[in-house]
Amino acid sequence: MIYPLKNIGLFAIMAGLLFYTGMTESWNTALGLINMCLISAIMALGVNLQWGYAGLFNVGVMGFVALGGLAAVLISHAPVTEAWSAGGVGVIVALLTGVATIVLATTIMRRKPHSRTRTLALLAVLVGGFFLFRALFDPSVLAIEKVNPAATGFLGGLGLPILVSWPVGGLLAAGAAWVIGKTALGLRSDYLAIATLGIAEIVIAILKNEDWLTRGVKNVAGLQRPVPYEVDLQADPAFVERASGLGLDVIEASTLFVKLNYSVLFAVVLIVLLVMFQLALKSPWGRMLRAIRDNEVAAEAMGKDVTARHLQVFILGSAICGLAGAMMTTLDGQLIPGTYQPLRFTFLVWVMVIVGGSGNNIGAVLGGFLIWYLWIQVEPLGHWLMGIVTSGMADGNALKAHLLESAAHMRLLTMGLVLLLVLRFSPRGLIPEK
Amino acid sequence: MIDFLNAIVALSNFVIVPAIAYGSQLALGALGVTLIYGILRFSNFAHGDTMAAGAMFTIFVTWWMQSVGINLGPLPTALLALPFGILGCMLLVLFTDRFVYRFYREQKAKPVILVIVSMGVMFIMNGLVRFAIGPGEQRFSDGERFIINAREFKEMTGLREGLAIKTSQGITVITAIIVVVLLFWFLNRTRTGKSMRAYSDNEDLALLSGINPERVVMYTWLIVAALATTAGVLYGLDKSFKAFTYFQLLLPIFASAIVGGLGSPIGAIAGGFVIAFSEITITYAWKKVLVYLMPDALEPSGLVQLLSTDYKFAVSFVILLIVLLFKPTGLFSGKAV
Repeated sequence: MIYPLKNIGLFAIMAGLLFYTGMTESWNTALGLINMCLISAIMALGVNLQWGYAGLFNVGVMGFVALGGLAAVLISHAPVTEAWSAGGVGVIVALLTGVATIVLATTIMRRKPHSRTRTLALLAVLVGGFFLFRALFDPSVLAIEKVNPAATGFLGGLGLPILVSWPVGGLLAAGAAWVIGKTALGLRSDYLAIATLGIAEIVIAILKNEDWLTRGVKNVAGLQRPVPYEVDLQADPAFVERASGLGLDVIEASTLFVKLNYSVLFAVVLIVLLVMFQLALKSPWGRMLRAIRDNEVAAEAMGKDVTARHLQVFILGSAICGLAGAMMTTLDGQLIPGTYQPLRFTFLVWVMVIVGGSGNNIGAVLGGFLIWYLWIQVEPLGHWLMGIVTSGMADGNALKAHLLESAAHMRLLTMGLVLLLVLRFSPRGLIPEK
Repeated sequence: MIDFLNAIVALSNFVIVPAIAYGSQLALGALGVTLIYGILRFSNFAHGDTMAAGAMFTIFVTWWMQSVGINLGPLPTALLALPFGILGCMLLVLFTDRFVYRFYREQKAKPVILVIVSMGVMFIMNGLVRFAIGPGEQRFSDGERFIINAREFKEMTGLREGLAIKTSQGITVITAIIVVVLLFWFLNRTRTGKSMRAYSDNEDLALLSGINPERVVMYTWLIVAALATTAGVLYGLDKSFKAFTYFQLLLPIFASAIVGGLGSPIGAIAGGFVIAFSEITITYAWKKVLVYLMPDALEPSGLVQLLSTDYKFAVSFVILLIVLLFKPTGLFSGKAV
């Protein structure tokens, strides 16, 4: 019974840290932290499913998260009818042509025997298809981007409630994961890592450059919300009355209420996922996965289809990351492709999983909370530390200025150090797998 | 005929010369990755940041040399500072090996654990570089900018197209050739080099014949540090030094190493050029060359650019996928399956 006690203790410490932030800084900061902690915990669950259950090494988390963000825009933004009439059909026809080219090429590959004519036919289809695609695609894109470029210049979305985008984000990420998994699974584990690293960079490049889809670096702001707006709350007499009844300032009460709404939404998703994952882990399916992870050869000899299971888990885990990405964009209310950085979105999530305890869902959740908290709080800590280090130096000293300025980069250093220390001295993480 | 010459000059100026320089840089980077893979048997995610760290040491020494007035005349001072940068980088990687990697080697940890460990090292190195030199762009090149510049070339030949060769490009190619020759001489002719190859081919057999594994590992790190620093400095001279760009080089470097066959040094060089040439030919706007070659009636109206330059990662990635699908061991049959 010592383990559950320790776990409760660890979560209590985490809650204490957040509570302390609420008391000393502000409850707004604390709730903001909690919201991102919840999302990080979901990402960590997704990666833990891949790494902890099946030993798959995915370093493309950023790409899947970004696809979730794309889903949020595509589902919830109001459609830009003018742009649709300008080039919507053209773009869709062009994309279908592209897909048809690839399908045709793979059919030729599969059906025909290996020969020089096959290679030539394949090349002809691919090159011809590419030029046809560009010929159809480019004019439509130009037409779309010409439509009021300062405000829209893109196709917009479907105008559905943004909550719909959460599962859709998962589906988009699952689709990308399927393509990668089909290619790289079954080869060495390092290859999957490099392939996922690549797909993540490509997804970000697409988000940044395809203005007709996402407005590129002009960002999409003002996405709709699943929760009420602060201004509406402040104008609502019932809310004002209740806030003053609690002895709170109306403006602060409204921001807190909005954040709390998000927290409840996210917490519901996290709890549902956690329960599902725990059940899955204890099911025959979960046992099979761990058997495969621990000894692939033996599992294969027992008649388990290793590659198929790997593909399944890889797709599921990536879908969870996509879901988390859609949730994050919902929370931000905007999609900013420039903010997707691999160190922040891929490697940080890995630190969460390793520190929390790979193979243990509860551990992944704890890791998500703890590491996100550290990531945010290390910066003020770094400034404080640098303040002490440099307090003896004269003002205007170049070294002092440099040190104070560099405090912001303490984050990466700390995260690397935490990762290496945990791997070295407690490789099973804070809450190890049973 | 003149049109044809113009086309060739334009092609060399915008595609061939830059691709050769970039390919040499990638090849040096991929050699480091492939050596670590062959001897230590893991994919080193910290390689990009090792390059950045080596380049950073060199930049500091260069700045110091520039401030006291040491220079190489028309050549960049960084060449003189390079050996010191390599030394700094060697100390850094030996330090990380002693305090980080050695523990896992003794435990015989799985390769994927080492990859995760290298991720941690990557974080720390990236943090250190940003901490020490800052995340912005740092200039450290000096000396003559061009070996031939476009205007002189036009005057010399009377052609309409100019050919410019930057000093950094010339130096990149020459240095890369020297480094590669030295490396192959070392691997094929010296006792230590031979023991490294033996260890890479068959660890158990090498141990039985009395090769000291720690010595082999140490030499590997030393060579990798030299390669990484050289690659990093050449890239920095040619493009610019920014802590973040080196992390992004990881993908093309890995793609080069895998395309050539992980663990095969010749493969790494070939892979570097394959990736560089495809990246540049696919993202180059061919209009200029085609205007000279095609009859007037057929002149292309667009830029004839297959993909925008922002998608250069996609090129390395697609090549990587094709190789993984059809020949997972790479062009020169590396050892990874």
